[in-house]
Amino acid sequence: MEGNRHQARGNSAHHSHGDEKFIWKYVFSTDHKMIAKQYLFTGLFMALVGAFTAYLMRWQLAYPNTAAPGWGVVTADKFNMLVTMHGTIMVFFVGMPVLVAALSNFVIPLQIGARDMVFPRLNMLSYWVFVASVVCLLASFFVPAGASACGWTGYPPLSASQEYTGIFWGVVLWILALALEFASFTMGGINYLATFMCARAKGLTYSRVPLATWFLVGASLAFFFSVGPLIAGAIMLLLDNVAGTGFYLPQKGGEPLLWQHLFWFFGHPEVYVVFLPGLAAVLEIIPVFSRKPIFGYRTMVWSMAVALALSYVVWAHHMFISGMDPRLAMPFSITTILISVPFAIIIFCMLASLRGGSIRLATPMLWAVGFLVTFLIGGLTGIFLGSAASNIYFHGTYFVVAHFHYTFFPAVFFGGFAAIHFWFPKMFGRMYSERLGKIHFWLTFVFFNCTFWPIFQIGSGGMIRRIADPSQYRILDQFKTLNVFVTISAFILIAGQIVFVINFFWSIFRGPAAEANPFRANTLEWSAASPPPHGNFTAAPVVYRGPYEYSLPDRAEDFVPQNEPPLAQAEGTA
Amino acid sequence: MSSTPWILDASDEPTSTGVPHGKLGIWVFLASEVMLFGSLISSYIVLRLGSTHFIVPPHEFLSVPVAALNTFVLIISSVTMVMALASIQQDDRKGMIMYLIATILCGLIFLGVKTWEYPHKWHEGITIQSGLFGSFYFTMTGLHGLHVIGGIAFNLYILIQGIRGKWSSTHCQRVEYAGIYWHFVDLVWVVLFPLLYLL
Repeated sequence: MEGNRHQARGNSAHHSHGDEKFIWKYVFSTDHKMIAKQYLFTGLFMALVGAFTAYLMRWQLAYPNTAAPGWGVVTADKFNMLVTMHGTIMVFFVGMPVLVAALSNFVIPLQIGARDMVFPRLNMLSYWVFVASVVCLLASFFVPAGASACGWTGYPPLSASQEYTGIFWGVVLWILALALEFASFTMGGINYLATFMCARAKGLTYSRVPLATWFLVGASLAFFFSVGPLIAGAIMLLLDNVAGTGFYLPQKGGEPLLWQHLFWFFGHPEVYVVFLPGLAAVLEIIPVFSRKPIFGYRTMVWSMAVALALSYVVWAHHMFISGMDPRLAMPFSITTILISVPFAIIIFCMLASLRGGSIRLATPMLWAVGFLVTFLIGGLTGIFLGSAASNIYFHGTYFVVAHFHYTFFPAVFFGGFAAIHFWFPKMFGRMYSERLGKIHFWLTFVFFNCTFWPIFQIGSGGMIRRIADPSQYRILDQFKTLNVFVTISAFILIAGQIVFVINFFWSIFRGPAAEANPFRANTLEWSAASPPPHGNFTAAPVVYRGPYEYSLPDRAEDFVPQNEPPLAQAEGTA
Repeated sequence: MSSTPWILDASDEPTSTGVPHGKLGIWVFLASEVMLFGSLISSYIVLRLGSTHFIVPPHEFLSVPVAALNTFVLIISSVTMVMALASIQQDDRKGMIMYLIATILCGLIFLGVKTWEYPHKWHEGITIQSGLFGSFYFTMTGLHGLHVIGGIAFNLYILIQGIRGKWSSTHCQRVEYAGIYWHFVDLVWVVLFPLLYLL
């Protein structure tokens, strides 16, 4: 009883609305949908910054030591800074806010039929701590000696002492930005998990929860149990920089590899923290646009659980050539190859869900299929890197760069754009332009592959990563043309995003009004108005069935919303 | 009121965990805290066993008896915290206030002893820069000390609300949450004490 009363207070604390002032509605909002939009816009803004760093690096790699338009010559120390910031921004300040925070915030409460998160104020705090973290990171560009240049993984001893890179404030701010971000996402994670556990609508048992919610919660779980080691590592790194300790400095008895272990213990689950939300959106889109029940619901949820468990015991595959004990290579190779099994199962389930469906290639579905195709390439090239024998050859080369981008780019951008287009009507109450959406997809899809596919070739040909000027190595002259091709493709890829920006903002203000359920989907979010008011539902939804009952033979309509009462009961009450 | 608030009253439905979300939240938070302290502790063990530069100072420099006293004080404070919750669950508000004050006092004694112990260590030449042992000692006890301060603040909030009469036997979840957090802080110390002082 106590619990219920407590819950009731939490859920009904914010039911007076309609006459909110601007600042409470748009700035210090506790509405999960507004917070989701705040995360989305912040993340998309950071993507622009990240894209700019990519543009500068690609310019330098194709036309070494010439002035990049809008910046100037990219010197070696600035190149290191750009690499560091590109990785940090794209992983932690685009992938995390857009996929983890924005999607979880928007989708979880709506799909489980809740009024809001169970801790709405904590939710708001989490966003503003994230803003502080963004400010810290952006400020680091402007401090003396510039932003951190020790790589996005911050390996010591480079990052542990000023004497190696000459950068002090940049590194301190970089650590601080990460610390604030993890504090923010810890608050978010508590919220997503507690909301999922405690605020599901009547009848929404675990086996009826939509897969998107399952995978988003999985991402939060992966984050939660892996972030502690990174925070501990970051504390030690900060103290090495400011307090004169020597945790990572060999001359003081420390161990640089310790950081790599702590970082990758977090870093590998982090891959899934970003990947699972992308998958979540795709899994929700596939049944809707092929009008078929999803294949293997339980199999996929359990596969995800197995993958999550395995993700904690694979971290050292990032460290095969780091100088750690070589006896560790074999066990970590085995666990790494093992983890491809649950993901293969998920991919096959998705293909089986598509088979024989009446597939409609609308924009969200295009992104979903694009995700499948490109991520598959990323996953398959991962096998080369997971096995220690071939990793030793590939690890220092651009092959890793290509593999990484074939996993993260599909997850963050293909998955992200799929989600944005799919939930766009629900989020903004208007429809996006289908034509612009398709143009944007094909531009991105074609030039993404043109950008990153040749990098596999460049990498396996032996081009080392982490170099600022390929023209210094005669062996790399053979890749000059390919590098120019990659760079031009990358520019078109970045320029192609303008189509999205136009579509996005035009549709928010001018798009045709969207109905509540434009895609004729079953899950609960489509039973709320578009956009849902503060408080989401007019009455508590009750769930009667699973989320993917499409094309039932005995019904006129090809879909049955989760909250539609069964026929017999409906007649009984009537 | 424009819309009547509806309640997810689902305690007897299979969809509810039956756990108040605040309690779930604090347990999940503690799970990530376990990973945080666990990583520091395992880093300590790895470097202590693996690094040739890891010099453990002689035990007499570590003021073991004082630390043992501190351990005892924290364990006592856990007992009083349990008593505080037990009191309010029987609507004994006075008892709860008394036991909460005792808990907070124990926390303050712990911090007081630490503020004596730190300069004493510096005097013996053990500082955060003096070597790996000192670095770990001050990092781990310092982080734990911050958690103690946090716990005292949480307990103070509970105490002030208690004096204002906010808690009762049907409404005392937050007293329990403060307790869960406080026990965790104690537990961390119970692990740190043998690791840093006795071994």
